[in-house]
Amino acid sequence: MKFADEFRDAGLARTVAARIAAECGERHWKIMEVCGGHTHTIFKYGIEDLLPPGVELVHGPGCPVCVIPMGRLDDGIALARQDGVILTCFGDLMRVPGSDGSLLDARAGGADVRMVYSPLDALKIARDNPDRRVVFYAIGFETTAPSTALTLLRARAEGLGNFFVFCNHVTIIPPMKAILDSPDLRLDGFLGPGHVSTVVGIRPYEFVTRSYGKPVVVVGFEPLDILQGVHMVIRQVLEGRCEVENQYRRVVHDEGNPKALDVLARVFRIRPHFEWRGLGFISQSALELNDDFADMDAEKVFTVPGVRVADPKACQCGEVLKGVLKPWECKVFGTACTPETPIGTCMVSSEGACAAYYNFGRYSRARDRETALRALPVTAAGAPR
Amino acid sequence: MCLAIPARLVEYIDAERQYATVELGGVRRRVNTCLLTGNDATAPGEYVLVHVGFALSRVSEAEARETLRLLEGMGAAYDDEMDQVRRAPELQP
Repeated sequence: MKFADEFRDAGLARTVAARIAAECGERHWKIMEVCGGHTHTIFKYGIEDLLPPGVELVHGPGCPVCVIPMGRLDDGIALARQDGVILTCFGDLMRVPGSDGSLLDARAGGADVRMVYSPLDALKIARDNPDRRVVFYAIGFETTAPSTALTLLRARAEGLGNFFVFCNHVTIIPPMKAILDSPDLRLDGFLGPGHVSTVVGIRPYEFVTRSYGKPVVVVGFEPLDILQGVHMVIRQVLEGRCEVENQYRRVVHDEGNPKALDVLARVFRIRPHFEWRGLGFISQSALELNDDFADMDAEKVFTVPGVRVADPKACQCGEVLKGVLKPWECKVFGTACTPETPIGTCMVSSEGACAAYYNFGRYSRARDRETALRALPVTAAGAPR
Repeated sequence: MCLAIPARLVEYIDAERQYATVELGGVRRRVNTCLLTGNDATAPGEYVLVHVGFALSRVSEAEARETLRLLEGMGAAYDDEMDQVRRAPELQP
C-alpha cells in the first residue's frame, strides 16, 4: 500500500458521492474545509463536481501563506535588506506582494533571499556561512511549527550564533473561533485540518461541538478522505449527533503527537495578539520564541519596521479567507490579480482558494453551481442544540 | 507548503534514530525522524508522513485498510438496501 492511489479510486469515490446524494435531501448544506491543503485537493480532483448541487464546500482560513498580513511581509523584506543578512523562506512566500514589492523583487534588487525546502536547509546555510547572519522566515500552523522548534533546538545544541528565526507561526483554533463568531456565515459543520491534527490531536476542536453545536470531522487529503468526511458531517447532523470525529485515523492519533507538543512548549509561547490578513488582530492566535531563545529571535535582534499596512483596496482576500466571498466574486479575480501578477495572498499559494480556482479552471463551473445552489431552500439546521 | 506526503522509510541513518532515508515518488531523501516516538515509532519498510524535511507521524496500514473497508462497505450496504427496496412489494395504501 502506498497510501495515495488507494484513496483516489474513482469507483469508490462515485459510491461515496452516491451515498451523499441519497442522504443529503433537498437542502443547502454548507461545510467548511478549514485547511488550504483540502482546498487544493478539492479543486485538483474536481470534488465539487462529484457532490450533489445542494452540498457546498466553503473554503476556510487554513492557508499559512494567505493569512500573512502585508506588514509582516514588509518586515521580512526589511530584514532581507540588512547588511550581511541571508533571508531564507519557503518558495510560496517569495512572490507574495508587500507594500513595496515581494521578496523576489527584493532579491532582484540585490538582497540575498534564498528559497529553502526545510528549516534544516536554512540551518545548513548558517553553518556554511559563519560570517553572515541567516534569518529563517517561519510560517505555518501547528503542522510546521515543530519543525522550526526542532531546528532552533539543533542550532542551540550546535552553538550556532548566526541563525535567527522571524516567527510567523499561527494556531488554527482562534481563526476557527473568529469564523464561528462571525455573523456573515452559516455553516453546518467543519472538515477539520488533518495535518495540524497529527500534532495537536482532535480534542482542541471540542469547543466547536460544545459551544457552537457544529460537527467537526478531521479528514485526510486524498479525494476519498474528503468525500468520506463530507458524508460523516452530514450523517452527524441527520442523526442529531454533534461530535469531533476522526476520519484520518491512519495518520492522526486522537491525542496528537506528544513529542511535537513538548518541543513546541519548550521553544514557543503564545503571542498576546497577531494580525491575520482579512481577519484583523486575533488574541492569542500565534506563537513567538520564548525568553530562552530571545537571542535567536529576529524581531528582538534586528530592527524591523513592525508597521501595520492595510491591504490594497481592490483586494478582498479577507472575505475569501472567511468563506464569505467565493474567489471569483472578488473584483480583481482573474483580471488584475492572477498567479503571475498576484495582488492578494490567496492567488499566490497553491493552497490559496483563488489560485486553486484559477489554476484548475473551476471558474465557470463554480458559477453554474452557485446558480443551482441559490434555488435551494436555506434551512436553519446546524444551530446550537 | 503545508502539504505532507506519505513516504516509505527505507532505513535509519544513525543509532539514535534521529535521521532516516525515505523514498517518495522514486526519490530518496534524508529526513529528520525525531518526532517518531510512542504511537508513531516506525520500523523500516513502514510509511511516514513527511513535511518540510521532518517525518511528522507514522502512517498506519491497519487503519488505512479499515478506512478503505468502511468505504467499500458503504457501497455494499447501499446496494443491499437498494436490493431490498427493489424486492419489497409495493406498499398498499
